[in-house]
Amino acid sequence: MFTPSVTHPIGDFVRKLVPDAMGYVTPYLPQSVLEYIPAANSVVAFLINAVICIIAVCIVAIGNAPILIYMERKVCAHVQCRLGPMRLGWHGTIQTIADVLKMLFKEVYAPKGADKFIFYLAPMVVLIAPFLVLTLIPFDKNMVIANVPVGIPFIIAVNGFGILGILLGGWSSNNKYSLLGSLRSGAQMISYEISFAMILLFVVMVSGETNLLSITQGQEGTILDWWIFKIPVLGFIAFVLFFISSTAELNRAPFDIAEAEQELTGGYHTEYNGTAFAMFYLAEYINLVTTSSLATTCFLGGFYPPLIGVEAVDSVLMMVPGFVWFFAKVYFMIWCYMMVRWTFVRPRVDQLMDFEWKFLLPVNLVLLGLGGAYIVLFG
Amino acid sequence: MSEYVILSIFLFLGAFIAAAAIVVGLVLGYKSKDTKNKFAPYECGMNTIGNARIQFKVGYYLFALLFLVFDIEALFLFPVLSNFREIMAGNTPLSPVIVIIDLVIFLAILVSGLAYAWKKGILKWE
Repeated sequence: MFTPSVTHPIGDFVRKLVPDAMGYVTPYLPQSVLEYIPAANSVVAFLINAVICIIAVCIVAIGNAPILIYMERKVCAHVQCRLGPMRLGWHGTIQTIADVLKMLFKEVYAPKGADKFIFYLAPMVVLIAPFLVLTLIPFDKNMVIANVPVGIPFIIAVNGFGILGILLGGWSSNNKYSLLGSLRSGAQMISYEISFAMILLFVVMVSGETNLLSITQGQEGTILDWWIFKIPVLGFIAFVLFFISSTAELNRAPFDIAEAEQELTGGYHTEYNGTAFAMFYLAEYINLVTTSSLATTCFLGGFYPPLIGVEAVDSVLMMVPGFVWFFAKVYFMIWCYMMVRWTFVRPRVDQLMDFEWKFLLPVNLVLLGLGGAYIVLFG
Repeated sequence: MSEYVILSIFLFLGAFIAAAAIVVGLVLGYKSKDTKNKFAPYECGMNTIGNARIQFKVGYYLFALLFLVFDIEALFLFPVLSNFREIMAGNTPLSPVIVIIDLVIFLAILVSGLAYAWKKGILKWE
């Protein structure tokens, strides 16, 4: 039977509440049903917990997207000395919600010659990966939805879904720009997937854990215990490499070869419109959140506050709950991604591939070797 | 166990949300008149020439093959590296020296594969 071990604060409460509530009903039930009550209790508690988890993930995923889109517009505007959206609401805060509403009322149709089934399947496949990764992220000490022991290999495996969705979308659209865009995007994403995996391998090696919660708990202490600083120089290099390869993984500028507007109009989603297009957009922004969370978990100490070793300051920092620190770090990472997007120029497609295979990959292998040497020499 | 039940629920959650959104779009969306040009694939205003399922560069496949090799290599390294510290500390029956030699041989084969692909010009994008 299910052992409901979903860990979040409400979970324990629900697990206590359900048997209590069932206690009121049991006197009225026949003997034959009563035998199944303990098992039924755990199933009911599990189902309630699962519903709470689903709602929480939907809030984090879908609720974050409009905020991030607004943030991106404002960051972009201020980088370019503009104001960005200003009309709707205070400083244009309602603008994204209005855009979402507009998107709902747009017509959804497939172009002539498109493979209709795959055309509508692609947005669904693209959205699978980000939701699965969100379930593994430890937002706080007791806020993990699925605390699986093989966290990091699972994330690497699941990331492939996103590439699959993009390839399906591009192939089924019956449009040459879409096809070329999706192929380029696929080639780019699988290439950078390798350095992505290698950097996570580095983190696994130095921390000795594959579970994300354990990796975070290995960084408890002051700011110098975070993996970015704990291993001198190597940790920081690993963080920078992670930042570069994840930017490419996310298909964001400066690595947005796939949707280079000047060459390929819109890339793999040229033919999508209305809500089907919105799903690609949504997946992009949830991926931004999950990748930033991964960076936070692996390098920036997860939900631990940035303690500096001074008692007076630390006691104040400790009062802030863990998930606030977690989201503060995630938003800081997202801000970094946005600043990079709007300040760097886009490389050519061959430069991009050369950079990965002839620079990042060898550097990653060397880094892995140096990390091993560090462990052997200093423990 | 329950972790994996939850994961299997979430496996379908994303797909379900996308499906729901597309259905909402189909129901709520404005319907314009069906004309020939509306359904034509976008090609900068020209009439489309032929089918879009054209031949494309074989280089994409070569990169995919290389990717397979290195991704599976990462997968093989996970079990060793997640216990690397323990092995080096001598807390396991394995001998640290032999593990290091094995790892070096494993990585050397891979690096020679990358060097071979590089030499062959597969990594060159034209």
